[in-house]
Amino acid sequence: MTFREKSAALHSVRSANGSTGSSSAASKKPVWEYAPSPEAKDHIEIKPQYDLFINGKWQKAKKYFATVNPATEEKISEAALASKDDVNRAVLSAERAYNKVWSKTPPKERAKYIFRIARIMQEKAREFAVIETMDGGKPIKESKSVDVPLALAHFFYYAGWADKLKYAFPNSAFSPVGVVGQIIPWNFPLLMAAWKIAPALACGNTVVIKSAETTPLTLYKLAEVIQEAGLPEGVVNIISGAGETGAAIVNHPKIQKIAFTGSTEVGKLIMRSVAGTDKKLTLELGGKAANIIFEDAPIDQAVEGIVNGIYFNQGHVCCAGSRLFVQESVKNLVVKKLKHRLRSLRVGDPLDKNTDVGAINSKMQLNKITELVNSGIEEGCSIYQPECELPKRGYFFKPTFFTNVAQSNRIAQEEIFGPVLSVLTFRTPREAIEKANNTQYGLSAGIWTDKGSKIFKMVGAIKAGVVWSNTYNKFNPASPFGGYKESGFGREGGLQGLKEYLKF
Amino acid sequence: MNITTEINSLESFHLAVDETGAKERAASIAGRSIKKESKVAAIKMAVQMIDLTTLEGKDSEGKVHALCQKAMRPLEGSNEIPHVAAVCVYPNLVKTAKHALQGSGVHVASVATAFPSGQSPMKLKLDEVKRVVQLGADEVDMVISRGEFLEGNYKYLYDEVKAIKEACGEAHLKVILETGELETFDNVRKASIISMLAGADFIKTSTGKVQPAATLPVTLVMLEAIRDFYNETGIIVGMKPAGGIKTTKDAIAYLCLVKETLGEKWLTPDLFRMGASSLLNDLLMQYKKEQTGVYQSADYFSND
Repeated sequence: MTFREKSAALHSVRSANGSTGSSSAASKKPVWEYAPSPEAKDHIEIKPQYDLFINGKWQKAKKYFATVNPATEEKISEAALASKDDVNRAVLSAERAYNKVWSKTPPKERAKYIFRIARIMQEKAREFAVIETMDGGKPIKESKSVDVPLALAHFFYYAGWADKLKYAFPNSAFSPVGVVGQIIPWNFPLLMAAWKIAPALACGNTVVIKSAETTPLTLYKLAEVIQEAGLPEGVVNIISGAGETGAAIVNHPKIQKIAFTGSTEVGKLIMRSVAGTDKKLTLELGGKAANIIFEDAPIDQAVEGIVNGIYFNQGHVCCAGSRLFVQESVKNLVVKKLKHRLRSLRVGDPLDKNTDVGAINSKMQLNKITELVNSGIEEGCSIYQPECELPKRGYFFKPTFFTNVAQSNRIAQEEIFGPVLSVLTFRTPREAIEKANNTQYGLSAGIWTDKGSKIFKMVGAIKAGVVWSNTYNKFNPASPFGGYKESGFGREGGLQGLKEYLKF
Repeated sequence: MNITTEINSLESFHLAVDETGAKERAASIAGRSIKKESKVAAIKMAVQMIDLTTLEGKDSEGKVHALCQKAMRPLEGSNEIPHVAAVCVYPNLVKTAKHALQGSGVHVASVATAFPSGQSPMKLKLDEVKRVVQLGADEVDMVISRGEFLEGNYKYLYDEVKAIKEACGEAHLKVILETGELETFDNVRKASIISMLAGADFIKTSTGKVQPAATLPVTLVMLEAIRDFYNETGIIVGMKPAGGIKTTKDAIAYLCLVKETLGEKWLTPDLFRMGASSLLNDLLMQYKKEQTGVYQSADYFSND
């Protein structure tokens, strides 16, 4: 018997036994399974309760709220719910610190403090990663390889700029803005804090920053680092709370600049509140990015880019590639390969080092995703989900994609902020551009083709703040990030990110 | 299954590969954390997939005889560890290996076709293949004519593999692409598909004589070609990375690559091999460590 006859025979025997490898949920025991590989968490320290970090000290609040691990639904700790009075205390402490200390601190000294924060964080990198995963539900491999290293990189990068601002903006006179209020989301708590605090400090401002309601912990760990670094009291004030706390920051008259990352809905509210005041404002809001696959693309790598674009951090990413545009001639091939790839995604315990897709951040978000997915089914789109077992407890959602989606479907228009992809098609580059731009958002996009000239043509035509070619979700502190249209305005990262924290 | 195995079917396959993306994906799979019982299972599986290799000018009957003993009983005085898949030698030593391995279930593989350069007339190559098969080789590891491929003579490559496959008779044919000389992943994918169209039973990365030899990214690109070829034709082809696989960690990364790219049905010595010489003892050392909790000195593992 020749080799090919033999393997064909072997293959059919195996198929008859129901074990066809990754191509179906086999009833037979797998040949080789990865054993659970949980990240150790005995080295981390979480206090049962976190007070507000104001004026360099831990200060009690009147109320506290529980923060739960979305993968187990168990309470991890409690965090202070900052009231309007607490916000006022924080702002006054920041103002005092600005007037008395920080505005008189030479730039190269500011740089030293920021470097020190970065180095202490680096020493505690693993602890930060584990807590980020426990509090937010993201896979430990992502918090270890993306969230924490990138957050560090932002501190290191902006520390370098602190005493070189006149080279960043030659021939211009500028000064710090003063007290800045910063409000960040729950999808990348530590990273978003770094994006905001690092440039603010480098430019000589003092800060009041509020974490999101479901993810207060890593910011308070950062407060411990800031304390250890000996940053003068009141230069960075860290508080936690919900919408009302955020509103108190936005409306405080002594705050000179608001930096907000979050939903477009809240962004609009903030813009209304700030209208008529002289506060500076930057908004980094929602997105519905187009990931465009041409027929001449490297298909296997494009499929990786699709997966990375939409299932990274359970799709809780403002720049997620949630609308896939595939050229019609390769649509069947791409969908087939995508299905195959989804079957090898490992969904489950975020602390397991082999988990690819972790837990949905909160019950509320899980309900929102479920509601939008149901709308897709009701509107007649075809759903695909791999057969995989979800943990019994915790908030989980299977990686999902829809085919037969039209621009007019809700799932093609609204930001789902979950692991749900809409697959649409196009015939020509012009049609791809039209469809990609046909959205209220404009944060990011991806282009996949082996042809360099096509990349340049597309990049120029797509209205989005970031366009990746033959890759997706790549970040670097030197590269500015921000949106067009209802995805916001202002840039974070790079030189452009410094500009937002200076008055010219 | 809408295509034939003629050379013109090459155009039906998407041939573009993005190098950065392929490397990133391979690194991500290599990052899998394999511990405890899955590590022990992986070690045993890896041993069974080894083509234990010696390809040196100084190879002698004594050397090959000793290597065959190691192949049959990797861990002396113990049956816990299965025998390796095959012993891979030069044509002159096929007879020795065949004799030493008789009845053990370990295959004899022979390199052929003017290994490692392949720079000889076709007739000599065919004669060499026929001769090693006659001497008892169960598997033939051929090299492709890289020069012809790089000149764009894809038809030449196709005909070459096809003719050698015929000369192999019932012996399995592994086609060595020598990816270190093809350099680009586009070339690797193209050469993989041509070889499979022409009848390769296995595609193999390297001779071990050119650097770089097997790497995870290049293996990923070849595994993806195997998967696509299977999807288009229904034909199952095996994979053999060879050269540079030295540690248990490397070997496990390759197994993860196979599992996540092709699925579990490829996790068998019938469809996946690793060409290696020093890997075996590292696997044994790690196996002992899993059993006893401590590492043992290299002196406790036989060196043949």
